[in-house]
Amino acid sequence: MLGYCLKRTLAAVPVMVIVALFVFLLLRLSPGDPAAIIAGDMATPAQLARIREALGLNEPMHIQFFRWVGELLQGDFGTSLMSGLPVTTLMAQRLEPTVSLAVFSMLLSVLVAVPMGVLAAWKHGSLIDRVIMALSVVGFSVPVFVIGYLLIKLLAIDLGWLPVQGFRRLSEDGLWAFLEHALLPAMMLSTIYIALIARMTRASMLDVLGEDYIRTAHAKGASERRVLFRHALRNAGVPILEVIGTGFALMITGVVVTESVFNIPGLGRLTVDAILSRDYPVIQGLILVTSGVYVVINLLIDLSYALLDPRIRYR
Amino acid sequence: MNTPSPAAVAGPVPERRWRLWPTHRPGWMVTTATLCLALIVLVAVLAPWIAPHDPLAMSPAERLKPAGDDYWLGSDAYGRDLLSRILYGARISLIVGIGSALISVVIGLPLGLLAGFFRALDTLIMRIMDGLMAIPSVLLAIAIVSLTSASLWTVMAAITVPEIPRVVRLVRSVVLSAREEPYVEAAVSLGSSLPVIMWRHLMPNTLAPLIVMSTYICASAILTEAILSFLGAGLGTETPTWGNIMSEGRTYFQIKPGLIFWPGLMLSLCILSINLLGDAARDHLDPRLQKRGGGQ
Amino acid sequence: MTASKAAPSKDAHAMSSDRVLRVQDLVVSSHTQPDRHILKGVSFDIAAGETLCLVGESGSGKSVTSLSIMGLLPRGVLEHRGGDIYLEETPLLTLSSARLRELRASRIAMIFQEPMTALNPLMRVGEQIEEVLVMHRKGTTAGERRTRVLDMLEQVQLPDIERMYASWPHQLSGGQRQRIMIAMALVLEPRLLIADEPTTALDVTTQKQILWLIRQLQERHGTSVLFITHDMGVVADIADRVCVMRHGEVVETQPVQALLRHPLTDYTRSLLMAVPGLQPRPSRPVTEREIVLEAIELEKCYGRHSRWARLRGQQDTRTAAASDVSFALTRGRTLGIVGESGSGKSTVARCVMRMIEPTGGGVRVMGRDISTLGRAALKPHRKRIQMIFQDPFRSLNPRLTIGDSLIEGPVNYGTSRAQALKQAEALLIMVGLSGEAMTRYPHQFSGGQRQRIAIARALAMEPDVLVADEAVSALDVSVQAQVLTLLEDIQTRMGVAVLFITHDLRVAAQVCDDVMVMQKGRVVEYGPTSRVLGAPEHAYTRSLMAAAPGRQWDFAAFQPFDDVSESRSSDAFSTGLISGAQKA
Repeated sequence: MLGYCLKRTLAAVPVMVIVALFVFLLLRLSPGDPAAIIAGDMATPAQLARIREALGLNEPMHIQFFRWVGELLQGDFGTSLMSGLPVTTLMAQRLEPTVSLAVFSMLLSVLVAVPMGVLAAWKHGSLIDRVIMALSVVGFSVPVFVIGYLLIKLLAIDLGWLPVQGFRRLSEDGLWAFLEHALLPAMMLSTIYIALIARMTRASMLDVLGEDYIRTAHAKGASERRVLFRHALRNAGVPILEVIGTGFALMITGVVVTESVFNIPGLGRLTVDAILSRDYPVIQGLILVTSGVYVVINLLIDLSYALLDPRIRYR
Repeated sequence: MNTPSPAAVAGPVPERRWRLWPTHRPGWMVTTATLCLALIVLVAVLAPWIAPHDPLAMSPAERLKPAGDDYWLGSDAYGRDLLSRILYGARISLIVGIGSALISVVIGLPLGLLAGFFRALDTLIMRIMDGLMAIPSVLLAIAIVSLTSASLWTVMAAITVPEIPRVVRLVRSVVLSAREEPYVEAAVSLGSSLPVIMWRHLMPNTLAPLIVMSTYICASAILTEAILSFLGAGLGTETPTWGNIMSEGRTYFQIKPGLIFWPGLMLSLCILSINLLGDAARDHLDPRLQKRGGGQ
Repeated sequence: MTASKAAPSKDAHAMSSDRVLRVQDLVVSSHTQPDRHILKGVSFDIAAGETLCLVGESGSGKSVTSLSIMGLLPRGVLEHRGGDIYLEETPLLTLSSARLRELRASRIAMIFQEPMTALNPLMRVGEQIEEVLVMHRKGTTAGERRTRVLDMLEQVQLPDIERMYASWPHQLSGGQRQRIMIAMALVLEPRLLIADEPTTALDVTTQKQILWLIRQLQERHGTSVLFITHDMGVVADIADRVCVMRHGEVVETQPVQALLRHPLTDYTRSLLMAVPGLQPRPSRPVTEREIVLEAIELEKCYGRHSRWARLRGQQDTRTAAASDVSFALTRGRTLGIVGESGSGKSTVARCVMRMIEPTGGGVRVMGRDISTLGRAALKPHRKRIQMIFQDPFRSLNPRLTIGDSLIEGPVNYGTSRAQALKQAEALLIMVGLSGEAMTRYPHQFSGGQRQRIAIARALAMEPDVLVADEAVSALDVSVQAQVLTLLEDIQTRMGVAVLFITHDLRVAAQVCDDVMVMQKGRVVEYGPTSRVLGAPEHAYTRSLMAAAPGRQWDFAAFQPFDDVSESRSSDAFSTGLISGAQKA
């Protein structure tokens, strides 16, 4: 088991190196002078020189790369061109709303989607299965901001149940205020995720329900409920966990859009602001951090397979 | 259920020959989706002839008009006709969707074949793909667009690049399982060359899943383009897209929800239709994939 | 499992008052096409303590019958359309699903073909047995249940039961998992045990043990057994009565001795005659001396001994799938490689074909060592040695017409398309198909036909050696006999040598001139078939022969071998295969 964990963890390292290389090359290989691209059309030569200096663009490529990676490893993600603050400081300020919203949405999604998927698989082919599947196709076809505005119109403007915009911090304003303001964004954020997880849960459950050991369980006289939850669901777990991990990429996209729709001062808003002002060091830092989080989450999920499956544990 | 008696025949049995066209009548959902999509394509092609107004003509006097005789869906904050802009917007979405699907398959298929067939290349290609996969697609697209000036080509490239790993992974996994098939081993012992084995015996296995995958990529590319435009990282408003119509409409959402509602509806219908067709194609072409979630 | 059958059970059927199971006019059809009957009025019964064998070829409906009894027909696929099933006095088809669930495991239990997949991989095996008690014996304490499970593990003769209890399925061998399944099935002492091909996926020696175990437990608990099999050898060993099925109908039902001696129907006769005899046929006289294929100390190891491991002074962790394998095959002869799973017989075949790279030793084809040749240098030699694969459903590209599949090889070696097509058509006719097959696709053919096509494809290369890797193992006996006759026919006509890999000693005995027995990657015995299988010297070969089911029966002659030795001369054994094939 230790070997498995070690192997998986080590495998994540080259992925991160490649991500860093991509991000590095993206700026350097794009057509034209990177400094001019960043500064925009109206830049003076002095500004360009300053940007070149700040990004170390005057040195040979490989030196630039190793110096840059060295700085990254020391936690130095560069300085924002707009505010002049270190990128890490900017991100730290924006961290809490995003993390609390993402965790909340994730919990909501799993709690809603897994029972939906199990139900659909159990009643395979029935009306309820078809309704759930139809909902899930709609769920990942309707763009996240369209859902957001529909929810705002319905729940906030027309019914007035929830606030239209704004955000309350869990750490400062308490749980209730947080929930009141986070519910709409979380619903918006969860839709696509719920659709995806429900679909995968159903698919994976159907695969498992066709297995020989399920027939064995029936032959033992196990009840439907017992077969579904004791025998099938755990065996269906690996693909479900996997889609939760890979679906995290959607969550990141969702966060960017949601925070911009609801005006939440998180990392997503930081991203949008950085795009609009072409603050490349910030964009770069955000890509690196979110990719890192994505890799770590998927690593944790890989490691959790070992808890789920004795075949991995005793290898 | 009828277990074959002697030493159970293992693995999937390619009983049916692969057919492109449905042999039985499609259900109403598929029919509706097809009609819906056909309508959108028609609208996109015919936009210059059927649009009631010039989508770019601003008239400050006609700002935020409600739906009426002249402006069927009303006008936007610059007095441009919303309907005309939506009709023209269909063009960008379809071009981006179809373009990205084609390009990602054209690039991903050979990479996947190589990775599946040559162990030495496999590690290299797949590591790079893992790296690409790890970068959130919208952020990567944003970075690409923000480094170049936003044009149809850069937007399309920005959207396509993150889709390529999905194609490569799919093709590779199909090739890896297909190359274990005895008929591929038989081809080796019949002295067939590598290109022949890849082209005749391995590649056709990837076609059905690729058709399915490309519909999903098409849908997801349209979605990503809309998100980019919505966030202000896409094409400028001189080229109307569903995303940037909504992006401009955000400020006036409380006064005139139609600015978001109508393009949102078109966008949702378009993506929904494509996804439904993708599901239908999957069920039809590859019963083995049927239960797999696929998609996004 | 020799002929020491429990005599009383044979008479049990006569006093049919204590019938445990009665199946009457059972009709099952496809859910979507109600007119397509899978079972067309099946009737039989089983007495207390009796073993009834349901025997038939694939598609006969024997498995569907067993699933019907358990109430486990796949929903939305198959449906009951008529008939009755009684378990003692309880009608099963009209029971509520809750009542049926209660009956399962407590009064009827079932074990399945694939022990490898029949256990839940995420539950300890002890817990899986215990679950039966948890569900059906609500009042018991955890301690009582554990004692009972351990007792069952003891009864199915598993070693080290405490450790076994806490094992995961993947840690156990196929035979051990089947024992767990049996323990699970019998823990509540049901009246009826349904065993659906429970030993088909196992090696012969394991099969023998499992059959013996079932028989022993059946006698101890007085359980009736419905045993489903395709193997006449198993039938001869375990059945009290036999019910022969074909196309969803019962062909005949007879006590086992009567059935084997005096089958009532032509179908049963043909089934019995198609069973290859275990007594080896005499080797053909050596006419050619030319060695076409030779293996010299061939070795294939998996895993590599890394430098890192060596530095740390670790043991060599490589496992030898085959080592020190040497043989020579002369033109026109058949060499069999027999062994159980994991013996390395397929590894040898694949090394010889250069589908995997041997890690040591040499392979000579027509005197030329090909084991180290590169891709290009290998090409002219590839032609000389061709392979026939086990699975007829996967050995032809489903997207190519038969014609395209057949000409692929010759065209690669420079034959013109037109010429190759003409030859291919001739070959198709030679293997017993019509020329029209050229334009059709593999899915339009049955398993046996596809195997003929695969043979034609190999022959199109005009090879000197054919490697047949379990080439008839996936086929029903009657089809198997036909394909084997075809192979023999081709061999005499074209003088091709055959390397015949099989796990089936009966087939090997009838097909091979020489036999090589392998165990755990090593050759244990090698020589003329009549000697190796007729008078084995090595203990392992002897144990294999002893484990072959139904070995005391000469099925094709409708009598046991004891009688034969008195009434028939020994060279008549070999006629079994040929006559069976002609009949079928």
